[in-house]
Amino acid sequence: MRHLLTTLSLLLLSGLAHAGPAMEGAAEKQPLNMHAIAMFLVFVAMTMGITYWAASRTKSAADFYTAGGGITGFQNGLAIAGDYMSAATLLGLTAMTYTQGYDGYLYMLAFFVGWPCILFLMADRLRNLGKFTFADITAYRLNQGKVRTMAAVSSLTVVCFYLIAQMVGAGQLIKLLFGLDYNIAVIAVGALMMVYVTFGGMIATTWVQIIKACMLLFGGTLVMLLALSQFDFSYTKLVARATELHAKGFSLMTPGNLLSDPVTAISLCMGLMFGTAGLPHILMRFFTVTDAKEARKSVLYASGFVGYFFNVIFLMGLAAILIVGQNPEFFEGGVVGGKLIGGGNMVVMHLAKAVGGNMLLGFLAAVAFATILAVVSGLALAGASAISHDLYARVIKKGSATEASEMRVSKIATIGLGIVAIGLGILFEKQNVAFMVGLAFGIAAAANFPVLILSMYWKGLTTKGALAGGYAGLISAVLLVVCSKSVWVNVLGNPAPLFPYEQPAIFAMPMAFLAAWLVSKMDGSAQAQAEMEAFEDQFVRAQTGYGAAGAAAH
Amino acid sequence: MSSSVYARIRENPKFQELVARRSRYSWALSAIVVLVFYGFVMVVAFNPKLIGQPVAEGSMWTVGIVFGLLMFICFWLMTAMYVHRANGEFDNISQDVVQAAWKESQ
Repeated sequence: MRHLLTTLSLLLLSGLAHAGPAMEGAAEKQPLNMHAIAMFLVFVAMTMGITYWAASRTKSAADFYTAGGGITGFQNGLAIAGDYMSAATLLGLTAMTYTQGYDGYLYMLAFFVGWPCILFLMADRLRNLGKFTFADITAYRLNQGKVRTMAAVSSLTVVCFYLIAQMVGAGQLIKLLFGLDYNIAVIAVGALMMVYVTFGGMIATTWVQIIKACMLLFGGTLVMLLALSQFDFSYTKLVARATELHAKGFSLMTPGNLLSDPVTAISLCMGLMFGTAGLPHILMRFFTVTDAKEARKSVLYASGFVGYFFNVIFLMGLAAILIVGQNPEFFEGGVVGGKLIGGGNMVVMHLAKAVGGNMLLGFLAAVAFATILAVVSGLALAGASAISHDLYARVIKKGSATEASEMRVSKIATIGLGIVAIGLGILFEKQNVAFMVGLAFGIAAAANFPVLILSMYWKGLTTKGALAGGYAGLISAVLLVVCSKSVWVNVLGNPAPLFPYEQPAIFAMPMAFLAAWLVSKMDGSAQAQAEMEAFEDQFVRAQTGYGAAGAAAH
Repeated sequence: MSSSVYARIRENPKFQELVARRSRYSWALSAIVVLVFYGFVMVVAFNPKLIGQPVAEGSMWTVGIVFGLLMFICFWLMTAMYVHRANGEFDNISQDVVQAAWKESQ
């Protein structure tokens, strides 16, 4: 049970991280679903049109990386919400509510609470100090070459692990929903992503995300309303009947053993909160808006949509207990209470079919595919900008690269990342990749977040301190995950884990902070002195936005 | 180029006040979110039974659902409060400070 929940928790972590659900074992191929394929083709046609339009507007590096900084707070809010409400959120959290009840709600709360804190402590400073990548902020007053190299290495590590989890999840999901072959599905996702990003850059990526978020909000709400209409829209009636039917009875509303161990509970919640604040593709979204005002608004809208949708998911999960759980049509061999057709993650798809027929099922399946595509595009863009903006333009060319050559490098990098993603996706087909999402989160929380927050808040941070903190976080997070059960036992086949917890954040984050603080304190060089003095100007810019990168004029 | 402007902004007492006020506000709101949420996680870890209790005898609304829903709503309202104050009051002061410093340096 415990193992199942840990696996599920990683799967759900991937939800936040927009990974497709990393389903265990090979998913069975389903018959071709024509409704879903037709609706997905409409989506692709629409987004290709947008990419064509976006390509004509993508002229400068600013257009490519950040849509020229011209996205409004509302649009960006929808796009962030689109990033956050992934296929794994939709499928995994509904399934979790269906089987575990209240645990699903707890997870959604943990996913949600990071956002207010990001707004209160980071949103303004991110927008006022950043330009294209979050390394712009960490390297603001520090040694450009070294700090950017470190930021690019950890960004690319996060992006690559994510991409693998995404691609494998995408292949499995598409095989299930559309009845397509795994390799074809992986290649299709990779190819479409390359087209969106290389031609349309951030403008196309943002609009794909916005459209997908609207489709998801609409589809989810419709399924919820249709399902609730069977219970006269009464929560009391729904819960009374669901708890009566469910094997867990009324304790469906009591937390299970998911968060029973305080160390795991806190570490998981820390990983969720601070990992989000260290994900390169999430941070990048803050640079797409006009100014700090719009950056704040985008968090307000995003958290509103996300909070709303989580409650919709919870209601769908409860309703599915009654509507899906009693219908032999959705069980293998028609045995109610047996194995669900397509596996546990298909609960919401079955619910859509039960309340809205094949049309609604097709629509929701198309939304799930679109979600994966949008998320993969955002990741590829974040990875490509780390290569072109940080490594190529600042480290290799030391700031002397022309804008045209920087953009060319980022497009080549996108294609490279796409090919790598397809290759790894095919290579890892049969692997359980759930741990990779945990790894990506651990690295984001331990390597990116501490250095980023210190560079914004602590005057005393020096280049040496930032490097020590970043690498300490990166290495300890990787080591802890490798020594944990999910890799040491499940992947490497050892009998017992070296490290008893699955979640590295509670241990790796303090190590990163400690290393950054200690090394900065011990750094008495003249360079360190100059870096500390430069904090004063940075601080004024962070507070007022004076000198911040503005929106490109069109 | 703008270092002198930065220095002028920094010396403006209104800027100091802006920084103090805004950081007080954002730290206070963050502290509320973190304390309430992690307090809740502690209850979940140490007294899960309480979370599943109905709020009233025979009610289908349980403590965990009501409290969770309240957290969703209140935390979101807090983001709205912050955005309202930061985009109005704080940004107005900040604009004044920047303009004053910019004019002086001309």
